[in-house]
Amino acid sequence: MRRVAVVGIGKTAFGAFPDRDLRSLAVEAGQKALADAHLRPDQVEAFYLGNFAGPSFVGQNHLAPYVAGAMGITGVPATRFEAACASSGAAFFHAWSAVAAGIYDVVVVAGVEKMTSQSTPRVAEILAGAGDMSGEMRAGATFPALFAMIARRHMYQFGTTREQLAAVAVKNHANGAKNPLAHMKKVITVEQALAGKPVAEPLTVYDCSLVSDGAAAVVICAAERAAEFTGKPVRVLGVSQTSDRVAMDEKGDITTLQAVRSSAEKAYRMAGVSAAEIQFAEVHDCFTIAEILSYEDLGFVKKGEGGPYAQSGATCVHGERPVNASGGLKAKGHPVGATGVGQICDVVLQIRGEAGELQVVRRELGLAQNLGGSGATSVVTVLGAM
Amino acid sequence: MKNGTVYTETVVWSAPERYVADAPYQIAIVDLGERRVTARVLGERVAIGDRVEFVEERDGVAWFRKELAADERG
Repeated sequence: MRRVAVVGIGKTAFGAFPDRDLRSLAVEAGQKALADAHLRPDQVEAFYLGNFAGPSFVGQNHLAPYVAGAMGITGVPATRFEAACASSGAAFFHAWSAVAAGIYDVVVVAGVEKMTSQSTPRVAEILAGAGDMSGEMRAGATFPALFAMIARRHMYQFGTTREQLAAVAVKNHANGAKNPLAHMKKVITVEQALAGKPVAEPLTVYDCSLVSDGAAAVVICAAERAAEFTGKPVRVLGVSQTSDRVAMDEKGDITTLQAVRSSAEKAYRMAGVSAAEIQFAEVHDCFTIAEILSYEDLGFVKKGEGGPYAQSGATCVHGERPVNASGGLKAKGHPVGATGVGQICDVVLQIRGEAGELQVVRRELGLAQNLGGSGATSVVTVLGAM
Repeated sequence: MKNGTVYTETVVWSAPERYVADAPYQIAIVDLGERRVTARVLGERVAIGDRVEFVEERDGVAWFRKELAADERG
């Protein structure tokens, strides 16, 4: 297996952009990544696109060549990957696989979602398609409802509190307020978070990530060729994608995301590192409870200790292990198909030391964790300085 | 379907398109012993650990309600 490096990153701002269409967002991110790697479109050997629901949100199919063509990338494989909110994480994993296997030297991985042109109930309906439409969703669940049921169970088994959930929201909002590309730049207090409008009890609007438009892209290549494209390559030390049942009522203990555990274990093994060595992370806080589960299932703390860890300040930008210094999905925004690659961009930015006000101190070894549905897909990527 | 125990629950305030008129409504994952089912809750709100009884199935969705204690039955 060959070593693989990230040699270019590009992101659009995340937000609500009524004047922008899906393709223009994806092309902007892709062109920024190409420019960052000093790469011409004709040097790209394959194009991977993560997108969850373009056909439902904007009525466009055949998205990968549609985007690649507009970037001047033709004559190569261009394919869309769908794995719910882990769509671009999955695209990244498969792109990495092909480069590591020696099939291609240089590929582009992008992710995009255009969500804000639909009403909130319609968005809930489209997102519900990432769950079991013949079971849980038919009974009236939504994604906030599924994670609310995880939160209730976590509270019941481990004594996790609403204040601990709110601590995640407060931290991520504080970070997002300093991220120029974030959707929401608003600092909030614990009291505000607790008094938020209910979405699915016990979760309020402040426990839920944002419905956003946006795109992100990376250029990855065989590490031996990285110096041709950049003076600051970042190594993909380990990456793993694993799966679980889609329906939550078919899982065992819902307070553990088994796919997160298994993908983390495999990624750590490949990288030759332990959870304790991970210095900072971008995790999939689609809901505040999901960030708490990530602390536990990535092995940062023991099961049940995620709530107190959130409240301890350890995961703040200047804490012992910063988590979601970017603002996370909560404040940065969650254009679902763009999220996985966007997280990798954020980790690479930190390792390069280019994160500005949000720069973490210990920046040699970072992790990105991207989740699909209520845990049926998980992609964990460990990145490090070369 | 037989009676079961509430494994977890939530009250949905922000509903998907199909159920906007029903909100807020409670759903629960009911443990039936050999399997679990995601169901709608009729009437009184339930909490984790509550015993619930099967009421009926409507359009493929199971409805449960809080089990009455023996002395509350009519």
